[in-house]
Amino acid sequence: MLTRFLLLGLDKRAGVLLTVLAVLAVAVPVMALAVPPDSPFHLPMHSVSLLGKYLSFALLALALDLVWGYCGILSLGHAAFFTLGGYAMGMYLMRQIGPRGVYGHPELPDFMVFLNWKELPWYWQGFDQFWFAALMVLAVPGLLAFAFGWFAFRSRVTGVYLSIITQAMTFALLLAFFRNDMGFGGNNGLTDFKEILGYDIQAPATRVGLFVATVAALAAGYMVASSLVASKLGKVLVAVRDAESRVRFLGYSVERYKLFVWTLSACMAGVAGALYVPQVGIINPSEFAPAASIEAVIWVAVGGRGTLAGAVLGAVLVNYGKTYFTAALPELWLFALGGLFVLVTLFLPKGILGLAADRFRKREPAAAVPAAASKGA
Amino acid sequence: MSAENTLLYVDGVSVSFDGFRALNSLSLIIGPGEMRAIIGPNGAGKTTMMDVITGKTRPNTGTILFEGGTDLTRMDEAAIANLGIGRKFQRPTVFENHTVWDNLELALKNPRKTWSALAYGMNPKDRARIEEILDITRLSPRRERLAGSLSHGEKQWLEIGMLLAQDPKLLLVDEPVAGMTDAETEQTAHLLKTIAGTRSVIVVEHDMVFVRELGVKVTVLHEGSVLAEGSLDSVSANRQVIDVYLGR
Repeated sequence: MLTRFLLLGLDKRAGVLLTVLAVLAVAVPVMALAVPPDSPFHLPMHSVSLLGKYLSFALLALALDLVWGYCGILSLGHAAFFTLGGYAMGMYLMRQIGPRGVYGHPELPDFMVFLNWKELPWYWQGFDQFWFAALMVLAVPGLLAFAFGWFAFRSRVTGVYLSIITQAMTFALLLAFFRNDMGFGGNNGLTDFKEILGYDIQAPATRVGLFVATVAALAAGYMVASSLVASKLGKVLVAVRDAESRVRFLGYSVERYKLFVWTLSACMAGVAGALYVPQVGIINPSEFAPAASIEAVIWVAVGGRGTLAGAVLGAVLVNYGKTYFTAALPELWLFALGGLFVLVTLFLPKGILGLAADRFRKREPAAAVPAAASKGA
Repeated sequence: MSAENTLLYVDGVSVSFDGFRALNSLSLIIGPGEMRAIIGPNGAGKTTMMDVITGKTRPNTGTILFEGGTDLTRMDEAAIANLGIGRKFQRPTVFENHTVWDNLELALKNPRKTWSALAYGMNPKDRARIEEILDITRLSPRRERLAGSLSHGEKQWLEIGMLLAQDPKLLLVDEPVAGMTDAETEQTAHLLKTIAGTRSVIVVEHDMVFVRELGVKVTVLHEGSVLAEGSLDSVSANRQVIDVYLGR
């Protein structure tokens, strides 16, 4: 049954994306590790981690597109799930430092020693085990999303009101994690990581390994999302997006469908955050900032919402632009981002991929009109 | 009145919106297999009555029983739909970004749970049923078209087809021929009769020609309660009904 389910999602677009990812998974390690540094084909290590960061953002964008593009739930707080996954991974990495911290305490992370804490808080227990941390990467964002969705969807909060409370949720987490007595390193967050699974986190081979893991996670996430939207469940989601009350009168419990996809999406975002943290080397509360979630919405809008590959494309393109602009013209980046959003909304309502699909269809007049989103969230 | 041997039993139902009484102690009984036309001037409470039966609006007071025992006033829309009550809206509401085929697939009577939908695969029985409905609604050549690109009349038929796929015991149809050409109206009347078969149907309609064509018992609503009930000829002759329609 699982094979049939996954085969559903294997269309032409999935084929292209998976091929690109497979090429990256082979080419990047070779260019970074095997090609000599003086060759023009050599890829410096910081570029590997940068690419890995883009791809973890792409997984976040994919998660967001699943709820926004297919179910019409515009989340302005998805970075919260991403960051919680990141913190779960960060806690594991902190525990791996062991006695190598600045204060040399055998168990407590530096910031706890600094705050004069005597023992590890209960919620830090277990994070020295990778399997436990990996479980928490899925469970913490998943449970928060489930609880949030349970109340919000049952009370039939939709549209703009739902978007506002997702924004409030991430803002509340931002404020909470800023506090030192929460026990997550306050303002500075978690950093100075040394090892992951026993490997030196700075070593080129480890960083390449993390990159490949990110590629694999993105590929897996894409296959799950793509199969899901091609299944009957995916058709119900699109129906909910376009005519929610009609779906109810057909006998579908809209709340359950929303809750399912919302929770799944939060878990995917958590995985993305967990892959992001070891590659950038730090996680702090600023990732909870409302602006971070809004940026993710822009990636999806630019790439094309309701087209999973578009979300991936948008995340990579916009973040590449961000890297370029913040280095070349740092004061202009935010204007560029805002301008981009306005332009996309006005002239490319279906994003880059939606436009490409329209062009493609014009050459084949027999085909039906675009299936991409046409209704506001 | 007794709820025994009734499909739908509505007794003393009242609904107020901000002090406005949309339904005022409405009582109505529909038997199994019965087709009933509901007429009444604007604001008589026709749509509110449908909202109350399908769970969209909760009544302030009153009883609504389905098949003699199930209390509908405590259930939500999805649960009521799963009991076997289908509804067709006044404005055709189909899933515009899905093909005609997919619209019918979604409506088809199958388990509605999330996991069932995830694991669902098209099977020969469902395929045959959808083909059959496409034939009945004459939408067979349109099967691969997106529902959003259909004409107004075609959307109405698709929605009726979706009801057919749902296989309900009771069908609520709100103004099925509004905005239709004469030819379409005739075809729709034929479609509705085909669907009716052994099912109970409640049709709300303004179009008297259409109601006459259906040739069924008529209930006249006025200010949220039943004004008259009987054949179209007898209610047309009713003094009160004439007054309400002509606006004394």
